Amino acid sequence: MEQVLRQTWGFLFRDYHLTRRYFSWVVVFTFYAVVNSATVVLIGVAAGDRRLTLTLMVGVMLWGLLSVVFQEIANSITYERWEGTLEYTFMAPVSRLIHLAGVSLFSTAYAVVRAVIIVLGMLLFVDIDLSRANWPGLVVVLAVSSVAFIGLGLMAAVLPVFSPERGAEATNIFQGVLLLVSGVYYDVSVLPRWLQPLSVVSPATYALSACRKLVGIGAGSEMVAGAPLSACAYELTVLTLMGLVFVPLGLYVFALVERWAKQTGKLKRTG
Amino acid sequence: MSNLGIEVRSLSKSFSKRKGLMRTRRSVTRALADVSFEVAVGETYGLLGPNGSGKSTLIRVLSTLLTPDEGDVRMLGYHIPGEEDEVRRRVGRVSVDAAFYKKLSARENLLYSALLYGLDKAAAERRALEILEALGMEGEKFTDPLEELSRGMQQKVAITRALLVNPPLLLLDEPTTGLDPKSRRDVQTFLEKLRGEHGTTILLTSHDMAETERLCARIGFIAGGRLIAEGTADELKATAGAETLDDAFIALAGQKLDDEGEKRREAVLAEA
Repeated sequence: MEQVLRQTWGFLFRDYHLTRRYFSWVVVFTFYAVVNSATVVLIGVAAGDRRLTLTLMVGVMLWGLLSVVFQEIANSITYERWEGTLEYTFMAPVSRLIHLAGVSLFSTAYAVVRAVIIVLGMLLFVDIDLSRANWPGLVVVLAVSSVAFIGLGLMAAVLPVFSPERGAEATNIFQGVLLLVSGVYYDVSVLPRWLQPLSVVSPATYALSACRKLVGIGAGSEMVAGAPLSACAYELTVLTLMGLVFVPLGLYVFALVERWAKQTGKLKRTG
Repeated sequence: MSNLGIEVRSLSKSFSKRKGLMRTRRSVTRALADVSFEVAVGETYGLLGPNGSGKSTLIRVLSTLLTPDEGDVRMLGYHIPGEEDEVRRRVGRVSVDAAFYKKLSARENLLYSALLYGLDKAAAERRALEILEALGMEGEKFTDPLEELSRGMQQKVAITRALLVNPPLLLLDEPTTGLDPKSRRDVQTFLEKLRGEHGTTILLTSHDMAETERLCARIGFIAGGRLIAEGTADELKATAGAETLDDAFIALAGQKLDDEGEKRREAVLAEA
């Protein structure tokens, strides 16, 4: 057990120090995310529509969290292939579960801190009352949906094993499709009919739907108090099932690709 | 119990690549062909061969980073494939290209590696400093980002990483390539000490004849993925009827080692 904890800590230790060394870039990206989020939310303010403002705010907050969880996990292997350290990570006596759990833990913690900064930053630009939101319920939904996004991140993390550059490109396209089909800033019903089936398989669709209920965005134009968690039972069930399927599937896919990479010599440094 | 550190029997490994506009043509490169050799526990065995001869592929197979196509490999009695986890716990590797997180310091890189092997952080830090000192690296560089260190210092950090866990078996893939003469001597002296004091089994690949002759009890010549000859330096010279190991390689392999190896050898001779 002590060994497992040390190994998990190893990945947190590495990612913490890498973040520290690239801190100026972290500040720049976070600043950009805050400004970008504020410009999106100000569209609602300009329209004088509190419901729209809150809808955009929930979208910005949730996407700011989940996309970073996904991106950080998906890119972790790209960084390792560029640096050439992937061979050393794979040579260490660490199970892939611990390796990916360590990476996922740091990514989630990093994404949470960043999302909190984005929300606080947005509140500088927008005067909106969130006191009636169901905050404990929001935390539960974000935690459950993060697991599903970790699973998606694990599946995307294998792409750079095939090719770091092409893998990074594919990861961005995948993330873009998720943004489009999940209804981050709009209801999925406005999507073209041929695209709507894709929204059903995105965990962000259910996370957004639940968060909007919990923040107090009702069906009509009026604002209501945040719904109880029980009102999100359907979304929570789907998100839990997605997490239960995506995480083991991600690990399985990773194991398959690792085996293939060892047969074809794809673990070598590239970049 | 076997007293063999490394046992390789009929090992083969090929790589295929798709070519052409539609990527329908497939070319196959045989990196290792029917390679067999043994290294006793505590022995230092050298593999000499030019670039592209299969040395690094062999090291990758023995490091569990490549799956062999055919053949049987045992490391300290553990099979590859099959018992990779046991092998990983016992093997340290240094590659020609010191791969690190270059923005991180030597300390951060080494402690990260130590944690992956389940070592205590404080103990690992102490051991890392001891090894670096023995390799002739000043302690104040320990916290500098690796990108600010010279190639030689980075390679010393790479060697320290491989030795942190005190592995009974070391795989060294051209560990002194690109090092200045003093750094090379420091590393060679340290390896001799390591074998003498801890009985570490070492497989060293190189295209540096002088280094191989100094460090290795037995030497294998590898060319075109095949092990074409092996023995002590004197046996190889006698077999080839050559004065030097270099000439023995040319006689037995029908080709020269690369220019870089040649230049280093000349530098070593000039230094001597």
